[in-house]
Amino acid sequence: MQIPYEVQARPDTGVNNAKLGIWLFLASEVMLFGGLFAAYVFLRIGADAWPGMMMYGTEVMAERADEILNVPLATLNTMILIASSVTMVMAWASLKMDRFDRYKLYMGLTILLALGFLVVKSFEYGEKFDHHWYASTNNFLGVYFVLTGLHAIHVTGGILVNAYFWGPGTKLWKRGTARDKAHFTNRIEVAGLYWHFVDLVWIFLFPTIYLI
Amino acid sequence: MAEEMTLEDVKRHVRVYITVFIALAVLTVVTVGVSYLHMPFTPALLVALAIATVKAALVALYFMHLISEKQVILWVLLSAAVFLVGMFALFIGAHADQEDIATLAKLILSSHVA
Amino acid sequence: MEEGHSHSDAHSAHKEGFWRRYWFSTDHKVIGLQYGFTALLFLLFGFGLMLLMRWQLASPGVEIPLLGALTPEMYNQFGAMHGTIMVFLGIVPLAVGAFGNYVVPLQIGAPDMAFPRLNMASYHFYFWGGVVMLSSFFVPEGAAKAGWTSYPPLADIETMGQTMWLWGMVLLITSSLLGAVNFIVTIIQLRAEGMTFFRLPFFVWAQFITAFLLLLAFPPLEAAGFLQLADRLLDTSFFLPSGLVTADGPLEVAGGGSPLLWQHLFWFLAHPEVYVLILPAMGIVSEILANNTRKPLWGYRLMVASLIFLGFFSFIVWAHHMFITGMGTTISAFFQVTTMIISIPSVVILSALMITLFGGSIRFNTAMWFALGFLPMFGIGGLTGLPLGLAPTDIPLHDTYYVIGHFHYVVAPGTIFALFAGIYYWFPKVTGRTMNETLGRIHFWGSLVAMNGIFFPMLIQGLPGVSRRLFDGGLTYSFAEGVIHYNVVMSVSAFILLLFQLPFIINFFMSIKRGRKVEKSNHWESTTLEWSAAPTPPIGHGNFATVPTVYHGPYEYSVPGHESDFCPQDVPVALSGSDTAKSVES
Repeated sequence: MQIPYEVQARPDTGVNNAKLGIWLFLASEVMLFGGLFAAYVFLRIGADAWPGMMMYGTEVMAERADEILNVPLATLNTMILIASSVTMVMAWASLKMDRFDRYKLYMGLTILLALGFLVVKSFEYGEKFDHHWYASTNNFLGVYFVLTGLHAIHVTGGILVNAYFWGPGTKLWKRGTARDKAHFTNRIEVAGLYWHFVDLVWIFLFPTIYLI
Repeated sequence: MAEEMTLEDVKRHVRVYITVFIALAVLTVVTVGVSYLHMPFTPALLVALAIATVKAALVALYFMHLISEKQVILWVLLSAAVFLVGMFALFIGAHADQEDIATLAKLILSSHVA
Repeated sequence: MEEGHSHSDAHSAHKEGFWRRYWFSTDHKVIGLQYGFTALLFLLFGFGLMLLMRWQLASPGVEIPLLGALTPEMYNQFGAMHGTIMVFLGIVPLAVGAFGNYVVPLQIGAPDMAFPRLNMASYHFYFWGGVVMLSSFFVPEGAAKAGWTSYPPLADIETMGQTMWLWGMVLLITSSLLGAVNFIVTIIQLRAEGMTFFRLPFFVWAQFITAFLLLLAFPPLEAAGFLQLADRLLDTSFFLPSGLVTADGPLEVAGGGSPLLWQHLFWFLAHPEVYVLILPAMGIVSEILANNTRKPLWGYRLMVASLIFLGFFSFIVWAHHMFITGMGTTISAFFQVTTMIISIPSVVILSALMITLFGGSIRFNTAMWFALGFLPMFGIGGLTGLPLGLAPTDIPLHDTYYVIGHFHYVVAPGTIFALFAGIYYWFPKVTGRTMNETLGRIHFWGSLVAMNGIFFPMLIQGLPGVSRRLFDGGLTYSFAEGVIHYNVVMSVSAFILLLFQLPFIINFFMSIKRGRKVEKSNHWESTTLEWSAAPTPPIGHGNFATVPTVYHGPYEYSVPGHESDFCPQDVPVALSGSDTAKSVES
């Protein structure tokens, strides 16, 4: 049994099912991170000072976020994530140009860059733990760890998806019919949309948590 | 994206992607640089959010192809955006208009002590 | 092929593998049935919890057979889990997961949902979310006790059951999100040829708006759930203010958080959730009313517009649950105004359904009785909500039994009656057999009387201010003295309600095997595609022998000049003089 518009776009809406589906999913992700950001705003405007006190209010932790968080590392991570977005979109463009070898290269780069992001992130977290700064220390660090942590989980999810399409998922392309190739290209576009969204969330997380 | 893209179209797209990448990198440097100026909170926030919005718009419009996307998807995103803005506005509004419970509690406590 | 109850089917099911066919199925009809059976069991279980609580309230301290006397801790667990189970594991999965899954693709002429494997995944997330919720009864110190709303700080310092509750909710939310994406894509992309948006049956519209509510309102609760998990597992204090002292002394946390933040995030979901509970019910009732009055639905376009309006407005009324939190007058005025405005489209829909009845030659079958029962019951539920939407009247009524009475009128004799109506109405579609009418009527009238016996006294008890959270039903409060005897009335009614569910259960299982076989595919002589174009009982995966084409609107009943009193959507007839004739030409 065949579901209509799996690969081809439905004429009156102009999109295929997966494209609409991923955008709906991303809309719900907007609300998820929107809820988290709203919580952040709510906590911050209610706080006496930000980053504020250490636990039990004994000493002022810092005047500014960038005294606690590592801005150079986070800037590096921002660059890494932007670069991975470009390689992702290049991977898709390579498929459009029927260059499978280039696709493997760009997709591989995307995955490596994403892994790099996580490695840098783990250095960043380790630095905090060395200072005995945890999510429980105060709400500033709580927001920092939970929001960047959830973002890192999204990055991990993206890596899994992309690794699948780099490895076993390519079977669909290799079947070789025009429909299979179009189908595979659609899937990469959908995976790419998710990946760009992860980038997009970081674009807001970075200044609001590290710089302000 | 349109189903029937020619090779030329794709190549043109690739050039756009590279340009956007450079723009994003520059904007990242700018936003970090501005933060070292240690401006007062409100202007710093506005500048940071403005730059982030431009960067996000670049990613959404070009990498995610929203600039040439179909209406149905724009409608979906518009509805999410409306609810998002509503949520932020009402959260902040509700917070601003909230009786300060801590102050109330202190008042009650002090009246008991007295 | 759907049945598997008859002998030969069970046999062929074996050949294809039972698990593949009934547990890991990707057919929307099988998944709909999975949802249906699971949700009905959860409804029964949640009802059982309520019976234990009602026993305690009517006769505080008297031992329950086999279980002994309830402790306050058990009572709190039952209360919290009754709410959670009824809303998230019972009604929503039944209304959306079961009816939506089964009926929507058939009504729009689709071969299946747009993402069949995702559909399977959402059922399994739901199922395991339910398992986590149920197993929380067996962890040390039992299930969550902080109410279905899980307000911090109480929920933050609760025992392990609360953590289970949060993990369960994360699974249930994931299930709902996947389901919502699937429904929206299916309705937008898989409509049959000619099935324009304004030819969609009202039920499909209701599911469509519901899916949007689930998609956009649930994520903030998921965010809140993650934050509460962090509070409980990582010792953050997102919801814990500074200086909190419990029975064990001061809490050793950083503080600086806000309990109100949880309430905002929670009600941002939970108010749209109210419409998730009611919209599919309105959809079901509309289908049944149009079919059994043999009239077009009155004001179809107006009803659709009201639905869309409801959907949008339901996102900006949530803080009317929070008037007593010390909310300022400006913002509370805003929420009072939006709350009053959102009652208008509900009234429009209810009025349109009432007007639909006017001048119809009504067929009184069990499905129709339940649909008719829905109208006044939902009306009472809605009208008793008005005083709760205005701060001056809400403040004394908040957290009293009045509130319980109000929303139970909406969801119990309201939504659940509509769901029963749906079961009686679509039962022949699924099984090819009808349910027994006599038993159905006993079920309806008994339930109607018993439901009112339970919920109307709650309204009376709430007015003097009896709190909803009392383990002994108000024994120690002098202001409850005049109304406390109603506890006995309500509890007896609750057990009578149980008694009157027996005919339904018997009827349900008997009819699967022995019900009268339907004589023709379109048993109710309906106009919508699931009856007119799809065979009864349905063929396997794929739904339609030939893909139907749609020629006109969904409710062409009693069209003047037409030979029969119904004109199915897939029959190409020019309908001059009917409401939707214009849209045929366009």
